[in-house]
Amino acid sequence: MKFAVIVFPGSNCDRDMYHAVKDSLGEEAELVWYENADLSGFDAILLPGGFSYGDYLRSGAIAATSTIVNQIKQKASEGTPVLGVCNGFQVLLESGLLPGAMLRNKKLKFMCRQEELVVENNQTQFTTSYGEKEAIILPIAHGEGNYYCDEGVLADLEANRQIVFRYADNPNGSVGDIAGIINKQGNVLGMMPHPERATEAVLGSADGLKLFESVVNHWREAYVAGV
Amino acid sequence: MKTVKIFITLKQGVLDPQGKAVQESLHKLGFPEVKGARVGKYMELQLDSQRDIDRQIEEMCSKLLANPVIEDYQYTIEEGAVQ
Amino acid sequence: MLQVSEISPKVIEKDLIYKEMGLTDAEYQHIKKVLNRRPNFTETGIFSVMWSEHCSYKTSKPLLKKFPTKAPHVLQGPGEGAGIIDIGDGQAAVFKIESHNHPSAVEPYQGAATGVGGIIRDVFSMGARPVALLNSLRFGSLASERVKYLFEEVVNGIAGYGNCVGVPTVGGEVQFDNCYEGNPLVNAMCVGLIDQKDIQKGIAAGNGNTVLYAGAPTGRDGIHGATFASEDLSEESESKRPSVQVGDPFMEKLLIEACLEAIHCESLVGMQDMGAAGLTSSASEMASKAGMGMEMDLDLVPQRELEMTPYELMLSESQERMLMVVKKGEEQEIIDVFQKYGLEAVAVGRVTDDKQFRLLHKGEVVTDIPVDSLAEDAPVYHKPSEEPAYFKAYQQVDYYPDGVHNYTETLKTLLQQPTIANKEWVYDQYDSMVQTNTVVMPGSDAAVIRVKGTDKALAITTDCNSRYIYLDPETGGKIAVAEAARNIVCSGGKPLALTDGLNFGNPDKPENFWQMEKSVDGMSAASLALNTPVISGNVSLYNETNGQAIFPTPVVGMVGLLDSLNHVTPSFFQKAGDAIYVIGEAKAEFGGSELQNVLENKYFGKAPAIDLELEMKRQTQLLEAIQDGTVVSAHDLAEGGLAVALAESCFAGQAGLDVSLEGDAVTELFSETQSRFLVSVSQENQRAFEQIVEDAIQIGVVTDDGQYRIRINGETRINQAAEDLKALWKGAIPCLLKSKA
Repeated sequence: MKFAVIVFPGSNCDRDMYHAVKDSLGEEAELVWYENADLSGFDAILLPGGFSYGDYLRSGAIAATSTIVNQIKQKASEGTPVLGVCNGFQVLLESGLLPGAMLRNKKLKFMCRQEELVVENNQTQFTTSYGEKEAIILPIAHGEGNYYCDEGVLADLEANRQIVFRYADNPNGSVGDIAGIINKQGNVLGMMPHPERATEAVLGSADGLKLFESVVNHWREAYVAGV
Repeated sequence: MKTVKIFITLKQGVLDPQGKAVQESLHKLGFPEVKGARVGKYMELQLDSQRDIDRQIEEMCSKLLANPVIEDYQYTIEEGAVQ
Repeated sequence: MLQVSEISPKVIEKDLIYKEMGLTDAEYQHIKKVLNRRPNFTETGIFSVMWSEHCSYKTSKPLLKKFPTKAPHVLQGPGEGAGIIDIGDGQAAVFKIESHNHPSAVEPYQGAATGVGGIIRDVFSMGARPVALLNSLRFGSLASERVKYLFEEVVNGIAGYGNCVGVPTVGGEVQFDNCYEGNPLVNAMCVGLIDQKDIQKGIAAGNGNTVLYAGAPTGRDGIHGATFASEDLSEESESKRPSVQVGDPFMEKLLIEACLEAIHCESLVGMQDMGAAGLTSSASEMASKAGMGMEMDLDLVPQRELEMTPYELMLSESQERMLMVVKKGEEQEIIDVFQKYGLEAVAVGRVTDDKQFRLLHKGEVVTDIPVDSLAEDAPVYHKPSEEPAYFKAYQQVDYYPDGVHNYTETLKTLLQQPTIANKEWVYDQYDSMVQTNTVVMPGSDAAVIRVKGTDKALAITTDCNSRYIYLDPETGGKIAVAEAARNIVCSGGKPLALTDGLNFGNPDKPENFWQMEKSVDGMSAASLALNTPVISGNVSLYNETNGQAIFPTPVVGMVGLLDSLNHVTPSFFQKAGDAIYVIGEAKAEFGGSELQNVLENKYFGKAPAIDLELEMKRQTQLLEAIQDGTVVSAHDLAEGGLAVALAESCFAGQAGLDVSLEGDAVTELFSETQSRFLVSVSQENQRAFEQIVEDAIQIGVVTDDGQYRIRINGETRINQAAEDLKALWKGAIPCLLKSKA
C-alpha cells in the first residue's frame, strides 16, 4: 500500500509520519511537496502535523487554500482514505472536508503530553484493529486543539457515529471531549493526538500503530482480496 | 488606492478564552467595571481596485480571512493608503 | 531616525561618537593606525560590533584558551558555528549553547524566541539537522510580579519558536535566585546530527566565488544588538527596546530545509548564520577564516525597509538569514533550492584575494578594511583579577544548619522550593516529542534521544549550580562539569564533550574577573579529568543590574553516547522489592545548599568539596554496572540532598520506600556532598552490582505501599504518603505563579 505524506511549508511532523509508515508499519510512503504534486498513484493520503504557514492567520487556514487540497478533495470523494493529524486535522476543518473549527486551548497554553483516549467507534476503516471503547495512550502537542462545532453539528456527529476518539480527561476544552472525527462517508479522519508518535514502545506507546494497521487491513480486503 | 480595515471577532456564543483571560487580568488590576472582553484580529489591506469592492472584501473574508464557523467580521473602507 | 550616515570621520573623532558605539579611545586610535586614516561612520560601526565582547571575546579569550578542546573523538572544536563530535558509524553530533540574556530581560518573549532561533541556525549552518533543544534558565524570586512575567514569557517564547520550527525541546533546567531578579539568564542549547561527509564550514574560499544572501530581508531590527549584549543592564536599556529582534520560526523552518538541501549541492563552498552583528560578522569571519577578502554591493542586499544606510544594513540583526559562498557560475543550483521554499537567495558580492573587506553602496566604496583586523586581530585584554574579600571570609566559615527541628516539614519545604519543585508547568508547553526520537522525556537527569537507524542514543543535559560557584568559583566550576557528566552517566551514557555558556558580571571589576578566571580553571580541570573536552560555547558578560552582578553562572551543556538503547536508564524507582543503594557517603556540607537558602535566605560558607579522581571512579563504575544490566534506576544527588532525591525517585509511579540511615540526621538527609548517586537494583543483580560499584551501600528497598519511610539510627524520622509529598512538589510552581505578591 502506498501512502502520500503531504508536505506544506511549515509542516514538521511529515518525516515522523513517513518513518511510522515506512519503518514501523512496513508500507510504502513518499513525502509529497504541496506544489506541482500528482496524487494519482497513492492509496492513502496523510496530512501531517506542524505549523503550515507558521499557523499565521488561523491554524491550517492558508494551507487549506492551496491547490493540492482540490486534489485531496477529489481523491476523498473517490473513497481514498485521508488522515489529518494535528495541523493536518486543522487543514481538513479549514478546507471543509470535516465539519467544525479549532479554537485555542482553554488554558491558552501549548500542551505536549501523553493523553488517554477512548476509541468511540472501532467500526471505521481507521480503527478496526482497536477494541470497542478501548483505552489507548497517544501523545498530544498543540496550542489550538479545542474543537468547536455548534449543537446541531454535534448532534449529527453523535447520531452518525462520526466521533472516533474522545479524551478520557479533556485537556483542551473540546466540545464533547472530541479528539478525532470522521466524515459521513467514513474515509476522512481528523484527529489532534499523534498516532505517528506512538508506533514504537521505545517512545512510550505503540498504541498508534493499530490505526495504520487498520487502514492497511481495510485496503487489502477491499482491493487485494484473494491475491 | 483604498485602505480596508477589517475586524474579526469570535462569534457570540463561541467561548473566547483569550477574552476571558483579559477580563480576569483587568479585574485583578483594579478594573471591576469590565463586564466583558472579546479578543479579535485587526487587518489592514491596501487595495487598488475599480471593481465592486464590497463584494471583493466579502469574498476575501469568507474564503480566507475569517472562518465562518467561529468568526464574524466587519470592515471599513477609507480613501488613500496608510503607511 | 538619526541621519547617521552624515556624521563625518572628523566629527566621529572630535565628538567621541565612537565611544557611544562602545569603542574605547585606545581602540579608536588602533583603528586609525590599521586604516592609516579616520574610519567613516559605517566603518566605525563595523569595528565597534566586531570588537565587542560578543563577537571578539576580547576579555575572555585568554581564559578560554585554558579549556581542553582536543580529543580523538572531537571533529570540530571551538571557532565554528558549533562543535562536532564523532559518535561512530560515520555519524557526528553537532552542538552549542548560546545566551540571550539581555534581549530577554527587555522583551522576554522575543528575546527567548530569537535565542532559540539563533542557536538552531548555528547548528544547521554546519549542515546538521537540529534534533534537540535544551534551555538553561535563571530567574529571580517568583514572589516578584516582574519575575513571574519574565518567567512566563521566556517559556512562552521558547515554546512559540521551538514548537513551530519542529525541533523538540527535550530538557534543560530552571533555577531561581535573587541575584537574577533584573537580569534573567536564557541559555539555549541545540544538538544536531550529521553524516560526517556532509560537514560544512563557514569559509569564503576561492577567489571570485559568489557571495549569496539567503532568507529574510534585512530591516532595522536589533541594530547594535551585539554591543547591547556587552553592556550592563540599567534603567536606560528599557528605552533601548528597538534593539530587540523579532523572530519568525516559520521562515526558520523553511531556511532549515533549504540549507539542508543546499549542502548536497556541489556548488556550495561555505555557509554561516548571520547572528550577532549580522552581515558584518558572518561576512568578515567567513573571509578571514579562509584567508581571503570579500567585496559586497549593499544595494543588492534584500531590504524590508526603505532607505536603509550602509551602517544599518551591516549592523542589522534581522533574524533567519544565512550567508553562503558558492562557486562562480553555479549560483542557480542553490538559488533554485531556496526558491522551492519561497526564499530569496541573492548574489550580493564576491570573494577576493586581497584580504580587504570592501563594501559598495550606490556606486561608492563605503567601507574598506583589512578583514583580519576585524576578526583574527581584534584586540585582546588581560584584565586585572583580584580575590574578593567575601571568598576569604567564607573559607573560614564552617556552616552547619542548626535550624532543622522537624525533618518531615523540612523535606516538604525543600520540595516546594521552585529550584527543586517539578517543572512540568514549563516543559508541558514544549513539544518534546516531535521527530519521534525522544526516549527519555524532560524531567529526568538527562534527556535521551535515539539515533534513528541505529541502536545508539544521545544523552543530553545542561547543569550549573551557581551558588557553589559564587562561594568558590574553582570548586564550583569543577562541580558544574562533574554534575553534567553524572547526569549523563545516570541515563546510561558515556560523557563525550561539553559546550559552555559562560554568564558573568562586568569583567572590568577585578573581583568579577577573578570569578571568571577561577571558574574556568575549575571547569578545565574537570573536563580534563572526565575526558569531556570543551568543543563550543558562548560568553555573556555584563550581567548586572544597577551595579550588582549575578552569581557567576558558567552553564555546562553536555552530550554523551549510549551504545545501545538497552542502556537507557530511568531516573526513578521502577519496581517494589528492588534494593536502594546510595553511592558515596554524606559529609556535613551545607554551604550553598538549598537547605541553607531555606533557613538563612542567603548563601555563605564553603562550597562542597569535590575530588575529581573519586568522581571519575564512581562514574566509570556506575556506567559499567548500567552497561552490565545490573541497574534499574539511577539518579544523581543534587539540591536538597538524599531526602529530596529519594522523594523524586518515588514520584514517577506508585512506589514507596523503606530506608534506614546511620549518622547525623540532618547530614544524612540534606547534605549536598558531591559525587553521590541513588541507585535501585533488582534483588538478583545485587551481588553483581556490588562487585562493580565499590562505594555503594544498600540503604533500603522500594516498596509498593506508596509510603515514604526513613529511619535514622533505628528511629522513624519521616513517614509520609509519597502521594502527598508529590502533590506539594508538583503544585509549587503553578501555585507561586497564581499567588499575588
